[in-house]
Amino acid sequence: MTRTVRSRLKAGVALATIFAQLAVTAGPAGAFCGFYVAQADTKIFNHSSKVVLARDGQKTSITMASDYEGKPSAFALVVAVPSFIEKSQISVVDTKTIDHLDSFTQPRLVQYFDEDPCAPIVALHALSYATAGHRAVTAALPSPQPTAYAGVKIEAQYDVAEYDISILSAEQSDGLIRYLTDNGYKIPAGAEPVVSSYIKQKMHFFVAKVNVKRMNELGRAYLKPLQVRYETSKFMLPLRLGTVNANGPQDLTIYALTRRGRVEASNYRNVKVPSDVDVPLFVANDFPKVYKAAFDHAVERENMHGVFVEYAWNMGWCDPCAAPPVTNNEMAELGAQWVPGGPTNPAVNLLPVPMPGEGYVTRLHVRYDAQSFPEDLSFIETGDRENFQARYVMHHPYEGGSCAAAKTYRASLPARFKKEAENLANLTGWPQADVVSRMAANGQPISGTK
Amino acid sequence: MRAWWSDARHFQIVALSSLLTINFVWLDFVAKPLYSALAISSALLTQIICSRLSALPKIDLRSALITGLSLSLLLRANEPWLPAIAGVVAIASKFVLRIDGRHVFNPAGFAIVVLLLTTSGVWISPGQWGTSIWLATLLAFFAILVLQAAQRSDIALFFLGSHATLLFARAFWLGDPFAIPLHQLQSGSLLIFAFFMISDPRTTPDSRAARFFFAFAVAVTAYYLAFFMQLRPALYLALIALSPLTPLLNRIIPGKRFQWTPPTPQGVSQ
Repeated sequence: MTRTVRSRLKAGVALATIFAQLAVTAGPAGAFCGFYVAQADTKIFNHSSKVVLARDGQKTSITMASDYEGKPSAFALVVAVPSFIEKSQISVVDTKTIDHLDSFTQPRLVQYFDEDPCAPIVALHALSYATAGHRAVTAALPSPQPTAYAGVKIEAQYDVAEYDISILSAEQSDGLIRYLTDNGYKIPAGAEPVVSSYIKQKMHFFVAKVNVKRMNELGRAYLKPLQVRYETSKFMLPLRLGTVNANGPQDLTIYALTRRGRVEASNYRNVKVPSDVDVPLFVANDFPKVYKAAFDHAVERENMHGVFVEYAWNMGWCDPCAAPPVTNNEMAELGAQWVPGGPTNPAVNLLPVPMPGEGYVTRLHVRYDAQSFPEDLSFIETGDRENFQARYVMHHPYEGGSCAAAKTYRASLPARFKKEAENLANLTGWPQADVVSRMAANGQPISGTK
Repeated sequence: MRAWWSDARHFQIVALSSLLTINFVWLDFVAKPLYSALAISSALLTQIICSRLSALPKIDLRSALITGLSLSLLLRANEPWLPAIAGVVAIASKFVLRIDGRHVFNPAGFAIVVLLLTTSGVWISPGQWGTSIWLATLLAFFAILVLQAAQRSDIALFFLGSHATLLFARAFWLGDPFAIPLHQLQSGSLLIFAFFMISDPRTTPDSRAARFFFAFAVAVTAYYLAFFMQLRPALYLALIALSPLTPLLNRIIPGKRFQWTPPTPQGVSQ
């Protein structure tokens, strides 16, 4: 055992390869941090949502994306917001920018190659960088005021890119729900008490539909994520509406961008996903499935009450980088407008990525339903700047060599493979025997190597 | 042996040390043994120095140890000197901020509020204790033991009662399911606050009526801070803001002053 550890430490010649694009999904569901509602009876499957939450003092920006795949005409979004929203506070962002932040922060599989036990150590380290990012454009025309509903005030209506947006306030939930229903929003039955609760808390409602004609004019093939910016003392995410029309638990990934440090849920337990685990080599062929199993298992262990940290890191650097670093312009596009190079300081566009201390990202992954997460998520920004990433490690054994050290090295391998099998079984909840047989089929036998 | 058990602080030390161990092993990935050691040792050292400076006849480290343990459980920091400062501020407040011959603020609560308001490097993780029932039960179990010995358990119950009533009333008014206030109550940090801070017998009013009033006032203030001002952690801010009321309440409604070690009961020989 000690020998195994030592041999692994000795063999730590690092070179990272990243396997991208995790698709961690829950069962079919129909919701968002607000909720999606169908205008027609179209079945909407909304497996998982992504929210970028940028916060600097009271300045808050929320960017919402989901894997909505239905007809654009059937898309609708209702989100409770803490105040009235001006048109200048709304925009759309490029889906690619969120995807970039997603791949930059996603759980990663890294691989190390054991060195020749008969030769001196040579180290190699490689990283690749690229630039990306475009600013979104918004277009708008005023719309006519529709018929009034008792207690419902249409505070404003805007056209933003392909979306028709209304900002509503209401005195009573039934009036608001009637208004929404009459305007083609299909409101699920359980929504009324939640809407009523938000009304009493003086929240406004941000409702969006797709204007298909304008979408065609803009030449868009898919919906762009919507961003709303406002100032509020409430650092929270309204989840409750999203649980109303959901079929079972849903997944939500939150990317929190802040100046200072890690963001954590203040009203739920924060848990790090297991990390720095040595896993067998076959994981390379199946990493998204392995991580999904590991996440499912972690959720089960916490009885679905945890908020899972998948990444928490200074935006100034990464190691290993799962994707090219997110640029300042992309950070600004995602709401972190304090970063130099964003709209507040367009002159300093030469800095490609945030400097250490300019930005911190926390990636939180929540699987929730109305029972396990009865209350909206509240957050605090902590002063914690320690780095964390979900990282799984493969060690490729060295093949060949005929010196005495090589013999000892090879004799140590089965014990190391056994440990890797145990690790993966613990991580995923898979039976260890299955892991062992998959390892054997992939050239990592636990017994018989001499 | 009976004399040992009759001092409530011994229960508190056992309970808080157990909780701290659970915290390290299982609950909180940010909790660091070094930081806790610094908070505890700076509290003890400050107690020794201040006792000497005030020419106290005896140096008693038990209360300082409780303060250090409470700080370790509640305060998170990103630099090791911050918990050390917290220990100093907490204990020094006991010796400096005094009215009518006794200190005004719960030392750990005071240090937490001072550090939260003056530096960005500290924070409280109120959700970190999670909501698992068994943990709440465990905490309650320990806490009840503590309070039976401290004989001022009523204020913890007054406070929890007021706090719960306000949360349930809010849910009722909003039409929210009662799962929401229940979730808000199932927090370990609330239990620590109720059983270990607001119920600190040295800084609570002497008479029962005044204790009830004080507990209710803290609950209402915390509610206002949390839901109207969005200021968190509201409980600590409310307690420290209202603590100066205690000397006033003791004058308006006097009661018997608290002593850690009760007079020797009849029939028990020393």
